Amino acid sequence: MPEPILTLKDVHTHIGLHHVLQGVTFEVTAGRSTVLLGRNGSGKSTTLRTVMGLTPASSGQIKLDGKAIEERKPFEIARLGVGFVPEDQAVLYNLSVEENFRLAMLVENEQTWERMETIFELFPDLKKFWRSKAGILSGGQKQMLAIARAFVNDHQLLLIDEPSKGLAPIVVEQLGESLIQIKDKTTVILVEQNFNLASQVGADYFILDDGRVVHHGLIEDLVEDYEIKQKYLGIG
Amino acid sequence: MDSEIALAEPETRFALDAKKWAFRIGSVGIWVLPIIWIDVTTYLVLTVAGVTMGMLLFLTASGLTLIFGLMDVLNLAHGAFFAWGAYVGFSILNALNALGWVETGTLGQSAGSVLLALVVALAVGAMLGIALERIIIRQVYGDHLKQILITMGASLVMAEIIKIFWGPNDEVVLVPLAFQGSYDVMDVIVNKFRVVAIFIGGAVFLGIQLVLRKTKLGIIVRAGVENREIVQAMGYNINLIFTGVFAAGAALAAVGGTMWSIFKEQIHPAMGEENLIFALIVVIIGGLGSVTGSFLGAIMVGLAFNYVAFLLPKLALGVNILIMATILLIRPWGLMGRE
Repeated sequence: MPEPILTLKDVHTHIGLHHVLQGVTFEVTAGRSTVLLGRNGSGKSTTLRTVMGLTPASSGQIKLDGKAIEERKPFEIARLGVGFVPEDQAVLYNLSVEENFRLAMLVENEQTWERMETIFELFPDLKKFWRSKAGILSGGQKQMLAIARAFVNDHQLLLIDEPSKGLAPIVVEQLGESLIQIKDKTTVILVEQNFNLASQVGADYFILDDGRVVHHGLIEDLVEDYEIKQKYLGIG
Repeated sequence: MDSEIALAEPETRFALDAKKWAFRIGSVGIWVLPIIWIDVTTYLVLTVAGVTMGMLLFLTASGLTLIFGLMDVLNLAHGAFFAWGAYVGFSILNALNALGWVETGTLGQSAGSVLLALVVALAVGAMLGIALERIIIRQVYGDHLKQILITMGASLVMAEIIKIFWGPNDEVVLVPLAFQGSYDVMDVIVNKFRVVAIFIGGAVFLGIQLVLRKTKLGIIVRAGVENREIVQAMGYNINLIFTGVFAAGAALAAVGGTMWSIFKEQIHPAMGEENLIFALIVVIIGGLGSVTGSFLGAIMVGLAFNYVAFLLPKLALGVNILIMATILLIRPWGLMGRE
């Protein structure tokens, strides 16, 4: 049995007076991409933010590669090898594409620039707009920059929150192809409303509802399970 | 506006481009207007005085704008760092004068005495900044009302401590021998220290630009101004960056205070509060978080103050508030701020 790279055990998170995560428990296996599914407000994005330390857990345990991280600050968690792509295409508009990457590079060495070559193959537009301000990129290009930026370091875990949000279908298709290649290089946890994209990228899935994991399994099984999809995701 | 222009259709792009350039030309052109009422020689003297004042205001405003922009902290104690810088510089110059470096001595000793006063003021400003950020500011992040109240309180305490150490009276600041007097350039009288002030202000502006544009630290700070959360999620300790920026801002204000004290040849404990008003006007005109905006805003304020003080002395401060109000009506985010 391969060791889990990430373990959440009875994690509770409050945002103000709201009890958002109400005992989330799951494990992510190293090398297997995992998708978090669920309706709006079920706690998927908060789960990623809690792992990242941006919305700290009120109680429960979070272990990264066996080390407890629930008390750690976001910058410490990032330096332990966790990359994060937030849902709002958080590219830095006033920095150039190059500066966005330089900011993301925790170390700059030969391997980093080898990864940059891979990134340019996956996202050729980013090379074209290398010196341009990130603010002028299209929605799809901004999302590609946000994902590529997280991929520039040798992260052991990449958290990606709703990359397809607000993008045209053709762009989502391109994004899906890139994500499929990325998941072969690092462990990915993907939060995604677009089930088609989620099923292409994911191997395992967890469905959240009202801040708890209510169902999990292999994504290939879920694709055929119309009852569960209808019940928790509202799709037939 | 640049990204807005880049994304727009060609016709709209032309209109936006024209609007941008009209605004820029208007912003610069308005400063040429006083030549209609003032003779050329006086105009040039006032212009040098205005640029000098602008450079000195920039030293204080640059730190304030970074603290606003990056940390979202309304720091009304910023003027106190300015006053502390002035008094520390005053003490250093007095001490060096006892060694014969200031009112007598060579050009090297004059330059050395100003440099030493600036370095010590910078160090004291940075240390005070670190202490204030760690003890007080850190408790009130995200709460503007508390920030205003607590930094105003800190400012009063720091001004009172100045009175304990240096007394409540005005003090005369020594001007190093080499910087006393004036140059006469084709009937335009230019005070020697003004040249030093313009040089140092310009050098600080270029230095800040160099750090912000060409170094990783600069990228981190600029990114922090835009999105603190993402900077943390990328692996940078935002608290440490906050402390560093606050210390740098305080140090710049202290340097501004030392330069201002030598420029004015006089100091008093309430000088920080007076200067803070100018710095706030400059920061609002330039746009919160923009160092270049503060530079342009400071030059604008310095020039307007000097021209109007010559033409209509009673309106000298009022004109800057008028400029600020006008710019806020046209561009509420300031000259170089983000919409």
